Amino acid sequence: MTLKTFAGGLHPPDSKHYTEEKAIERCPLPDELIIPAAQHIGAPAEICVVVGDQVKKGQPIATAKGFVSVPIHASTSGEVIAVEPRPHPMGRPLPAVVIKPDGEDQWDESLQGNDPGQLDAAELKNLICNAGIVGMGGATFPAHVKLSPPEGKNIDTLILNGVECEPFLTADHRMMLEESERIIDGVKILRKILGLETAIIGIEVNKPNAIEKLTAECAPHNIQVQALKVQYPQGAEKQLIDACTGRQVPSGGLPMDCGVVVQNVGTCAAISDAIRLGHPLVERVATVTGPGIIEPKNLLVAIGTPLQHLLDQCVGIDGEPAKIIMGGPMMGQTQLSLDVPAIRGTSGLLVFREEDLPRKNAGPCIRCGRCIGVCPIHLQPTTIAAYARLDRVDDAENYNALDCIECGCCTYICPATLPLVQSIRHIKGGIMAKRRNS
Amino acid sequence: MLSAILSLGGIGLVAATALGIAAKKFAVEIDPRELAIQDVLPGANCGACGYPGCSGFAKGVAAGKASPTLCTPGGSETLEGIAAALGIEVDAFEPQVALVTCQGDNQRASIKYRYLGLDDCNAAQKIADGPKVCPNGCLGLGSCERACPFDAIEMTSENLAIISREKCTGCEKCVAVCPRQVIEMVPLKATTHVLCNSHDKGALIRGYCQIGCIGCHICNKTVPGAYIIENFLARPNFEQLEDAEAAVEKCPTKCIRDFSSGYPEGSSFAPSRDSAA
Repeated sequence: MTLKTFAGGLHPPDSKHYTEEKAIERCPLPDELIIPAAQHIGAPAEICVVVGDQVKKGQPIATAKGFVSVPIHASTSGEVIAVEPRPHPMGRPLPAVVIKPDGEDQWDESLQGNDPGQLDAAELKNLICNAGIVGMGGATFPAHVKLSPPEGKNIDTLILNGVECEPFLTADHRMMLEESERIIDGVKILRKILGLETAIIGIEVNKPNAIEKLTAECAPHNIQVQALKVQYPQGAEKQLIDACTGRQVPSGGLPMDCGVVVQNVGTCAAISDAIRLGHPLVERVATVTGPGIIEPKNLLVAIGTPLQHLLDQCVGIDGEPAKIIMGGPMMGQTQLSLDVPAIRGTSGLLVFREEDLPRKNAGPCIRCGRCIGVCPIHLQPTTIAAYARLDRVDDAENYNALDCIECGCCTYICPATLPLVQSIRHIKGGIMAKRRNS
Repeated sequence: MLSAILSLGGIGLVAATALGIAAKKFAVEIDPRELAIQDVLPGANCGACGYPGCSGFAKGVAAGKASPTLCTPGGSETLEGIAAALGIEVDAFEPQVALVTCQGDNQRASIKYRYLGLDDCNAAQKIADGPKVCPNGCLGLGSCERACPFDAIEMTSENLAIISREKCTGCEKCVAVCPRQVIEMVPLKATTHVLCNSHDKGALIRGYCQIGCIGCHICNKTVPGAYIIENFLARPNFEQLEDAEAAVEKCPTKCIRDFSSGYPEGSSFAPSRDSAA
């Protein structure tokens, strides 16, 4: 039987062996938690606490600003010791609330659990928004926005993303093995909101134990587990929709334009907690790994824990860190230091030493066309990158540069090691600026 | 034979009359001043004036829509030429040149991260605000060099942009392309400049760069009134240029440079005009 997948993409060595057998461990609290106000796509939340405030775990410390925004909550109980710009995964200091934990880790008493059966879709969405639930795969798009399609958009399919196609990362894999009940409960809540009877969980076949476990547990709940061929970037929404349903999201469109909502399995578990327990999103599972890490682990991390603390839990690194990546190696963000905190989108922390990194200077394009072959959007990365170098914004726009999902396949495959994704991202900025001005 | 001459001659006569009438009827009137202005413009079509090429600018000036002073590359000579063509009086032209107010090359500036991406300052600036610790220094990836229509900018081997005072025409293309506003327009007659662009306090500057202005006021104490210090950054007082070079030796961070005695290290530009002056 041929397995379902999408056209394009590639399969880098997945390097998941470091952590795929390791059960999720709770990471102890650090001396101070740095909780930034900007942790999601959309408007950053507005900080609503001041220095000296005593906060409880789950208490809002920043309120949502606008529809595409969510509140931020304290990840533990303690005292607010600073509200100031601190190093942020984006690469520059941004406003953050610094909390000194009191060691009690006490939940806010006002948080109440609910029975999802008693609530209607609007109430559920409201609870999800107030709990600060965002896409946990790494893109951190507010979940309630995806669940609120505008009039006229008919949603007929719910897809759960258990693909975890990024190399090294195993956080979602472990969640599916250890937290399948919460995930299935979250799926049922999502189905109720969307008014659907079924759902599909897409999982790549390099996680056979997760497929087996979820197939058995999902059967009574009318949730179908779809085994998928191992292919990066299958975890990207548009590629996952193509792989599972054969539908194509139109250029410039969203999944809801072809009747689909996609949510990550980790998001489902968080939604279950938000409704049943009333617990907001204050912790997540992150994979801390890399060839030089002495004890790679899957850690349950309080939001705001500095990366150095995560590394310390893994007994550090055998050598000097040379490259720190938050997220996966293909789409993750390189960090300037280990002082930045883990945020809601931190699916992993990868630390590489100098000897683990390839070092080859970029050469001229040899026009081999490999980037075109692997592009999951079927763009011409080398042509767009050439236009980017020449600042020819209109030409890049005509070559659909804005449809690039920045998955990194072209840069990965390029034998001349050209910075293709960066070039395309640069000209995308130029195209957006042009559209704003006209 | 005769009929052939007559018929061809007849056709020729009719066509010539038609063309003659058309030439009168559809004649394009060109302001003679426009042609005169075009003659005195440099003809580089650099676009510094904001018009599409020199002929567009000439048209604009002749129509009274553009100020004659907009042609900075042409300098005073062009301005006088335009004034003569228009029959007007203009004030003396103060030629300006672009100056990179930074000496933080690879050797001197501290690096935030190793940048291996696209050779474009604007692209690098988008990644964690650029690979240099200093938020205001030259990124050294040569966007200004590529933007210069007059080949007046060179990048040193240690990745610092240096602008030739001889070749620069003051078109400001480099000023527009630089993401860090490190290029400043200065009067050509001023030869002493403070080559730093950071308004941060001295303690921070020392972390950024070996050669940044720390705002210590020593230059202004050495030559009173020759420098203006605002927000921990000195700038020459272009109203009072005398003896400004006396502060070069006194500057503890060596960020003041006298261009009449040469360009920063690593430059191939010869200080011909300044040293002759």
